[in-house]
Amino acid sequence: MNNILAIAHRELRSYFVSPIAYVVVGLFALLYGYFYIASLAFMVQFSAQAGMFGGGPQTVNVNEFMIRPLLSNTAIILLFILPFLTARAYAEEKRSGTIELLLTSPLSDLEIILGKFLGALALFLLMLAVTAVHMGILFWYGDPELGSILTGYLGLALMGGSFIALGLLVSSATRNQVVAGVGTFSLLLLFWVLSWMSDSAGPTAGAILSYLSILEHFDDFSKGVVDTAHVAYYLSFIAFGLFLTAKSVDSERWRG
Amino acid sequence: MIEVQHVTKRYGPVAAVSDVSFRVEAGQILGFLGPNGAGKTTTMRVLTGYLPPTEGTATVAGFDVLKDPIEVKRRTGYLPETPPLYPDMTVREYLTFVARINGLSAAERGNRLDQVMERTSVGDVADRHCGKLSKGYRQRVGLAQAILHNPDVLILDEPTAGLDPKQIIETRELIKELAGDHTIILSTHILPEVAQTCERVVIINKGRVVAEDSPDNLTGRLHGAVTVQLQVDTGGADPTAALHAVPGVAAVSVGEPGDEGRTIEIQSAQDVDIRRDLANAVVSNGWGLLEMRRARLSLEEIFLQLTTAEEPAGDGENAADEENAADEDLDEPAAATESADE
Ligand SMILES: Nc1ncnc2c1ncn2[C@@H]1O[C@H](COP(=O)(O)OP(=O)(O)OP(=O)(O)O)[C@@H](O)[C@H]1O
Ligand SMILES: [Mg+2]
Repeated sequence: MNNILAIAHRELRSYFVSPIAYVVVGLFALLYGYFYIASLAFMVQFSAQAGMFGGGPQTVNVNEFMIRPLLSNTAIILLFILPFLTARAYAEEKRSGTIELLLTSPLSDLEIILGKFLGALALFLLMLAVTAVHMGILFWYGDPELGSILTGYLGLALMGGSFIALGLLVSSATRNQVVAGVGTFSLLLLFWVLSWMSDSAGPTAGAILSYLSILEHFDDFSKGVVDTAHVAYYLSFIAFGLFLTAKSVDSERWRG
Repeated sequence: MIEVQHVTKRYGPVAAVSDVSFRVEAGQILGFLGPNGAGKTTTMRVLTGYLPPTEGTATVAGFDVLKDPIEVKRRTGYLPETPPLYPDMTVREYLTFVARINGLSAAERGNRLDQVMERTSVGDVADRHCGKLSKGYRQRVGLAQAILHNPDVLILDEPTAGLDPKQIIETRELIKELAGDHTIILSTHILPEVAQTCERVVIINKGRVVAEDSPDNLTGRLHGAVTVQLQVDTGGADPTAALHAVPGVAAVSVGEPGDEGRTIEIQSAQDVDIRRDLANAVVSNGWGLLEMRRARLSLEEIFLQLTTAEEPAGDGENAADEENAADEDLDEPAAATESADE
């Protein structure tokens, strides 16, 4: 455990001494801020319009009209941003040769992988934590339902974890961070696109495709429903991603 | 302490190391010598558990590198060819991290860190970022990292590469100091380094061990026939005939006379010490004997002989029949190569 934390700690601080953490968190805050204001404006407009028909401003459901679309948009932002967080995890260690330090220290491959996963996850959760401020403001002025916000965040955390696991896997397969970043992004895009394709595909194929689609499983969380099937999907996605990363590191060793 | 048995490592179809075997006793320093691409780094990577061998076994401190890699890694300190530094960490942060992943507790760390930084003289860059260090300092921090957890075995890939002459000497001293309670393998291209620091030498070429012995024996045993070099003031006379008459002399090569007399190289027959008789011959002719020394093949020459691809032409044992001593010099180590393979 101490080993895992040592790796995670090093990862996290390396994000902060390089521009990565600031760029990623900054970009996230910017995009999130934009969607926040856009959906706020939409809700206000909607409530004003509703007021015109019913006489006097109406209270609209903040959860339904503001928070749920915002969370869905956040999921898309993460899809664009998280690949840059994990791109260097292995690629850079391989390029600079520090991987040789890790792989000749008394650490298991799993400890290294979990350490890197936790380091990236910690930065990601920190990023999400920033948005608690925005949510807090909604509580100040409106009366949103806390439960579905929390489940939405649980969903985001699980989904982000899956993105990170996939990012680690891709990063472990190359020594070029740009390739790792773009590769991860493309794969995530593919998983996203699966949900569109599922709409036009036949019933069986459509069900399979939408099951595979990473984002599809998020919908219920944003509606305030925690379905164990979705939790299991994300957890197994993460576990499988990390497992394949371990395989990839090990096969590299045999190939040399 | 370290035992390598028939290790082969293939990268795809290419064998980087083929059927390498050697052992290192506890407390010994072994020098690993070979030209570029010989397979030194590959062998070391196998020993540190970084690369699994394709065939054969390697054990470190009794643990198999394939079956108990963690136990091997616990007991091994490794300085790779490029010091594995994180550019964005300061030297102190970096070493703290290395100490942590090697299982040193927070209490042990502080003292040990200062001690090691002092030993490797990196104290004055402790708060500089690793990425901003000069090559020499990177090398030293790499060495500090390797000895940090006080491992039984040290594997150092070209530990003095990129150091200034003063640092090279200090590093060699440090390595020799460490040898008492550590078993060390170091690789190098610098031959005098091997002669100065190592008790045993393994010479490797194209992935195969071509010689294994102590540096002294390696230089010594190539001398079945002895070359004696004389500096003689003959006052204009040609000494060739007189010296040929000395019993045991196989060949004489006389240089041009200069300010310091002539330089004469004399080749003896196998295992005959001709120096006493040579001195007598010079003196009885009334010449001035300015210098006499037994020439040894330098490690450089041995190294070149052992690692150049072409088989030397001619047969060293029949060298005595030949007039030209200069040719014999080339022929001689051919015999040595055979004996080195024993
Ligand atoms: N990752 C790799 N993939 C393919 N071939 C490799 C790899 N690493 C090394 N080799 C090959 O294996 C052989 C031995 O290389 P190695 O690095 O062990 O040599 P070396 O003795 O350390 O050389 P140097 O003195 O230049 O450091 C070389 O022919 C090299 O090209
Ligand atoms: Mg090398």
